[in-house]
Amino acid sequence: MADAITKIRTFIFDNFLFDAESSDLKNDESFLDQGIIDSTGVLELVEWLEDECGIEVEDEELIPENLDSVNNLAAFIKKKQQ
Amino acid sequence: MCGIAGYYKITNRQNCDRRTLERMIYPVQHRGPDGFGFFLGENVGLAHARLSIVDLEGGWQPITNENRTLWIIFNGEIFNYPELREDLLARGHTFSTHSDTEVILHLYEEKGTQCLAELNGQFAIAIYDTRKQTLFLARDRMGIRPLFYTSHNGSFYFASEIKSLFNADLGIPRKIAPQILSEIFTFWSPAGEETVFAGVKQLLPGHFMEVTGSGIQKTECYWSIPFCPDEPGSRTEQNYAEELRELLIDSVRLRLRADVPVGAYLSGGLDSSAITSLIKHYTNNPLKTFSVSFKDKVYDETSEQQEMVNYLGTDHHQVTCSYNDIAESFPDVIWHTEITILRTAPTPLFLLSGLVRQNQYKVVLTGEGADEILGGYDIFKEAKVRAFIHSQPDSEIRPKLLKRLYPYLALSPTKSAEYARKFFATDAHMNDPFYAHRPRWKTTSGTHVFLTDEVKNARPNPVDGLEYLRNDLQGLDFFNRAQHLECKALMANYLLCSQGDRMAMAHSVEGRFPFLDHRVVEFAGTIPSRYKMKVLNEKNILKSAMKNILPGNIIKRKKQPYMAPDILSFFGDGEPEYFDHYLSEDAIEQAGLFKLTAVNRLMKKCRKKSRQGFRENMAFVGILSTQILNDKFINNFQVNQPAQLENVKIAKS
Repeated sequence: MADAITKIRTFIFDNFLFDAESSDLKNDESFLDQGIIDSTGVLELVEWLEDECGIEVEDEELIPENLDSVNNLAAFIKKKQQ
Repeated sequence: MCGIAGYYKITNRQNCDRRTLERMIYPVQHRGPDGFGFFLGENVGLAHARLSIVDLEGGWQPITNENRTLWIIFNGEIFNYPELREDLLARGHTFSTHSDTEVILHLYEEKGTQCLAELNGQFAIAIYDTRKQTLFLARDRMGIRPLFYTSHNGSFYFASEIKSLFNADLGIPRKIAPQILSEIFTFWSPAGEETVFAGVKQLLPGHFMEVTGSGIQKTECYWSIPFCPDEPGSRTEQNYAEELRELLIDSVRLRLRADVPVGAYLSGGLDSSAITSLIKHYTNNPLKTFSVSFKDKVYDETSEQQEMVNYLGTDHHQVTCSYNDIAESFPDVIWHTEITILRTAPTPLFLLSGLVRQNQYKVVLTGEGADEILGGYDIFKEAKVRAFIHSQPDSEIRPKLLKRLYPYLALSPTKSAEYARKFFATDAHMNDPFYAHRPRWKTTSGTHVFLTDEVKNARPNPVDGLEYLRNDLQGLDFFNRAQHLECKALMANYLLCSQGDRMAMAHSVEGRFPFLDHRVVEFAGTIPSRYKMKVLNEKNILKSAMKNILPGNIIKRKKQPYMAPDILSFFGDGEPEYFDHYLSEDAIEQAGLFKLTAVNRLMKKCRKKSRQGFRENMAFVGILSTQILNDKFINNFQVNQPAQLENVKIAKS
């Protein structure tokens, strides 16, 4: 889980946090509410999950509960990898 | 079509002369390569660069009236000039030419500023009255033709393009206005009359201005977009469709008036197909059509274009755009847009006007304006779905409609209904005058992370810039409000100028827009919203009006808005060499408009060459275009002015 969180944080920082330090990113903050990821950015996130984490994301899984914070993403990755 | 420029010496009676006119008109020679004409009065100078389209022999400007008291320069076309001329002749006026320009002059002589109500056209006009010593400036209703002005060192300057103002006197301050940059990075264009350059304003569409020896006396609105409150009414859809069709036939007929051949742009969408088909069915104009195709198939509409070409049998010409073609032309495009742009979409149209010119054509009809006045844009559809969800927030089925929006985007924000619902949820209430536009502005404002604090703080709430429209929007439903806003802000300040006039005129090509005939716009304003977009069927009345003269596929086709590749244009085929100049760390820091660290991180992401979201695409194109603007207009502004212009006709008072 800790590894997954580090990996997710690195990805978010490198790709979406243009004007912030990595330490500004809270693991339970909503990406959409904080303006970190916009509606089209979500699909970049999905591409990353598929390409870098080897996870297939079904359309019905495209919900904020799975993807909209570092913690949610880590839980989703864990669930999919089980 | 032409370029115009001029000055009025207010307090400093020494500083302007013929050389000033030469310096002002030469930078817009692309608007009128067929010769120059000057008027030199005691305190006023007028200059005109001519593109001969009507009255090829006699249409030189400036033109004067019978007793040489009024002098006019004019950029544009008055399409109903033969009828107006006949009336004026019957009322005793004497004409020395057959041009539309002279018609305006005599009409002004007779009716003063009221003359504007009779003009059906696209225009920027300057008339100097030597008796009253008053300069009258006016701009067409929708903002098809540009007109900018500034004051400096005791003189008032005006011109078709800003580069003429800056070249009039190199002492005129050239500075990017941070608050307007903040507006552009929210709305895609300035909100009102100010431009991205501090101190330079546009005369707003549908406005006129009077300048005297004491300076600007008044600026007045003579026409406003007439969207009406939605009345139940007794007219049927069929009835509206028939009237629209008749009006469009007449609008196209008037817009084919020229002493040179007239072509048409054909995008493959409903609007340009409708115009092309109307030309073919209702006039004898031999039809040449022009279109853009893209090597990136996500943006390409060749098969739809070809379907229309086959259907109508036009003589068709096409320019194909690669990523590299867009990147290569981009700095030239910014020299012409004279403003930050967040999309590359004007660039292919710059290449297209080049193709038109290569084919010896000077005039094209296009489908611009239909989406705004007849309810075509996804933003209207999106607002309708949001309002529908809003009225029953607990419904689980209604949010699924959001999935029907934006099917054409490679990264669609509505692929997931749950996400779309969360994304489109704003604090806006349906009574908010800007209800429809809030999600778009929220997305675009995502780019603010790249702006320096100085730029961000110059206008912390960019929507303040649109407050002047609030009164116009009162009493309208959210659909009409969205249309009104789209016409006044985005169409006038971006589509018709950066993407329209500037890209066509860069290659001396005049665009004409049958949907923007004021009679068509006024009529469209009376069509109830429920008919314009029936359920989620956009431009429903236009489709009914055109169903007998267009192939079924074109009528039924899901709308695909015109777009071009953004980030990929600059990274897909390799990076252009000019990045070292415009986007170097030194250049970013010197301009002081963008945060260096943020720009560096964005560049790193762009180099992955993957398809990216709205924010990144808009931010990158916005940053690059602003840096080019800063270089070409602020740091290194230069026009290679010849010692003396040739082919100049001069009139003196």
